[in-house]
Amino acid sequence: MADSHRPARLIPRARAHIPRPAARLLRTKAGLAIAALGCSALAACGSAGASTGPVTLNFYLYQDTSVATSTAVSNCNAQSDGAYKISYQYLPQAADGQRQQLVRRLAAHDGSIDIMGLDVTWEAEFAQAGWILPWTGSNKASVVNGTLGPALQTAEYKGQLYAAPDNSNTQLLWYRSDLVKTPPTTWAEMIADAEQLAKEGKPHYIEIQGAQYEGATVWFNTMVASAGGSILNADGSQVTLGTPAVQALSVMKQLATSPAADPSLDVQEENQNRLAMEAGTAAFELNYPFVYPAMKADNPKLFKDFKWTLYPEVVPGQPAKVTIGGIDLAVGKYSQHPALAFKAALCLRDAQNQLIGATVGGVPPTITSLYHNPKLYPDYPMHADILQALQNASVRPKSAVYQVVSIDISHLISPPKGINPTGTVSSMKSQLADALQSKGLVP
Amino acid sequence: MTVNAPAAAGTEAVREQAPGHKKQLSEGARAERRLGWLLCAPAVIVMLGVTGYPIIYAIWLSLERYNLELPQQVKFIGFANYGAVLSSGYWWTALEVTLIITVFSVAITLVLGMLLAQLMHRTLFGRGTVRTAALIPYGIVTVAAAYGWQYAWTPSQGYLSAAFNNSAPLTTQFQAIIVIIVAEIWKTTPFMGLLLLAGLSLVPEDLQKAAKVDGASAWQRFTKITLPLMKPAILVALLFRTLDSFRIFDNIYILTAGANSTGSVSILGYDNLFSALNLGIGSAISVLIFICVAIIAIIFIRGFGTAAPGTDSGSR
Repeated sequence: MADSHRPARLIPRARAHIPRPAARLLRTKAGLAIAALGCSALAACGSAGASTGPVTLNFYLYQDTSVATSTAVSNCNAQSDGAYKISYQYLPQAADGQRQQLVRRLAAHDGSIDIMGLDVTWEAEFAQAGWILPWTGSNKASVVNGTLGPALQTAEYKGQLYAAPDNSNTQLLWYRSDLVKTPPTTWAEMIADAEQLAKEGKPHYIEIQGAQYEGATVWFNTMVASAGGSILNADGSQVTLGTPAVQALSVMKQLATSPAADPSLDVQEENQNRLAMEAGTAAFELNYPFVYPAMKADNPKLFKDFKWTLYPEVVPGQPAKVTIGGIDLAVGKYSQHPALAFKAALCLRDAQNQLIGATVGGVPPTITSLYHNPKLYPDYPMHADILQALQNASVRPKSAVYQVVSIDISHLISPPKGINPTGTVSSMKSQLADALQSKGLVP
Repeated sequence: MTVNAPAAAGTEAVREQAPGHKKQLSEGARAERRLGWLLCAPAVIVMLGVTGYPIIYAIWLSLERYNLELPQQVKFIGFANYGAVLSSGYWWTALEVTLIITVFSVAITLVLGMLLAQLMHRTLFGRGTVRTAALIPYGIVTVAAAYGWQYAWTPSQGYLSAAFNNSAPLTTQFQAIIVIIVAEIWKTTPFMGLLLLAGLSLVPEDLQKAAKVDGASAWQRFTKITLPLMKPAILVALLFRTLDSFRIFDNIYILTAGANSTGSVSILGYDNLFSALNLGIGSAISVLIFICVAIIAIIFIRGFGTAAPGTDSGSR
């Protein structure tokens, strides 16, 4: 912006006096240096430069703050018997930044991307664009065998498997047992309980993600699915919504306009919810299991009464279908070593490494049998509820333009106070229909 | 963009002189002109390659339905993308926000820049120090400065938020726009001040003294002598600042990322290109921004051309 005002620099004077042969030599040297730089950059980017030694496979994932991922990488390198060496390349921390970097490189046919960790909402987009390879044959069988159904669904697109679910996530209802004796099973009960606590002047907020971002879309998806509906149809070609969406929005609006809502609902993301609960102002929290160890560390006093149960139902008697999250591993279309990349990806998500991911990294596994492994229990006292929630989980819309769909939704439902159930559904219908045709704008 | 402005102004001037010379170009003059073209040909070719091609490609993309993730569905659709953008509330909100930020930040920067220029002009000792100190905000990378503002306004972290009763102005549209404008003003006032200082030094001291002898008050001297003589400098400074301000991106990207309807047209273009990966719609937005910038430049240059003093008539 401001740089355009800088005066243009003249050609450096010193250069002009260099005699011609010397200048030519300089040019050649510079050329060689550039070529050398290019080579080393390429080599660093992967490919088997030399014919001996293991092939380097680049694994692109956000930087895991625990040592779980790097442990998995070294485990696999040790087990590969010199066939490959996984090089862990960090993507940005924020999901948008990760996706943008991958998309830009894949759109430019970057052959250095062998394995990548995809958020569970990107598979349709990457598969439709032809940026990731489908899993077939024995590789596919190894993934499908023993993996949680909804986790597999996130990795499927148009009848093919495009990724291997590496870890999963889902929300539970966390509550304070000193304030609530019997946890509510439905949204109506929960709001009523909170309003009662408000009347008694006790901590009463219900903590949920109301800010204008993916978290709000997750909330809406959970509510619509729990009311028996969906946002798009199964192949992502049409908008469905309908009565379940109106019902979902009515409950969301009811919360937003009730004393049960946190006053900062409009700007709250998962972490703000956690902090509010730890600060003691809330009675309920709908959030991922990471809040459990955090409460233990941050507020041991409240931790004694910090309990969990399944996500509340929208329709009484119909278990909630909570939106599934997590990371799936995919192999890049332009990879030089796809066969080895599939093998390495399988290793990275095998039972041993998923157990490390769960106990060290704090992310729920996607292999069903691990939920019955006693090694998981100390860190996951809520393992049975997580498994139950995951087995009944809902998947976000499978569409190549999911990003636009999600941005449109979060802008229409946040701030939640502004929801007008029927009106919001009809604007959502037309905006999503435009999005599916690449017609509309995103805000 | 802004680089083109003086060049365009220059061509206007050349055009004005041209009629006298047109017919009698001697052999030598023609040869000289040819040599001139030859000498600048490499620069022209590079410019065409790095600016002409992307612009034309963007215009072409804006006429297509083109989602990066749907390469199989690329199709020429004429002006439908422009229809989609111009009929979308998001575009008009972004344009409104951009214009509000532009008008307020440029107007306030002009006043403050003028004060700063007067100060720098009149400082008797430590001139260099004063001018260097004034330039510090301009020297800081915009993104780094924007992070500074963001943290300052974050409740329970920032000193500004604490000073205003732990408020969170970046979470509401009106207050966030004020914070963005303040950040813009803080950042660009030194630049405005320097440009105006250049204009100020052109005002002859004798004229000021003569007016003083004639009994003109300080305000009269400012409005009747200083301002008219500085007009060209003021207009150039305003043109630069307006164009820059209209294309505002980095400050907003860091401060709010366009949340709560605080995005400028550039943010809207970025989101549609890089988040939605909609090359058609995103390019249409870019072309519309280009047209808006061109309109601003034309208004300024035309105004500049007609009202320019310093030519023979005018204020002398």
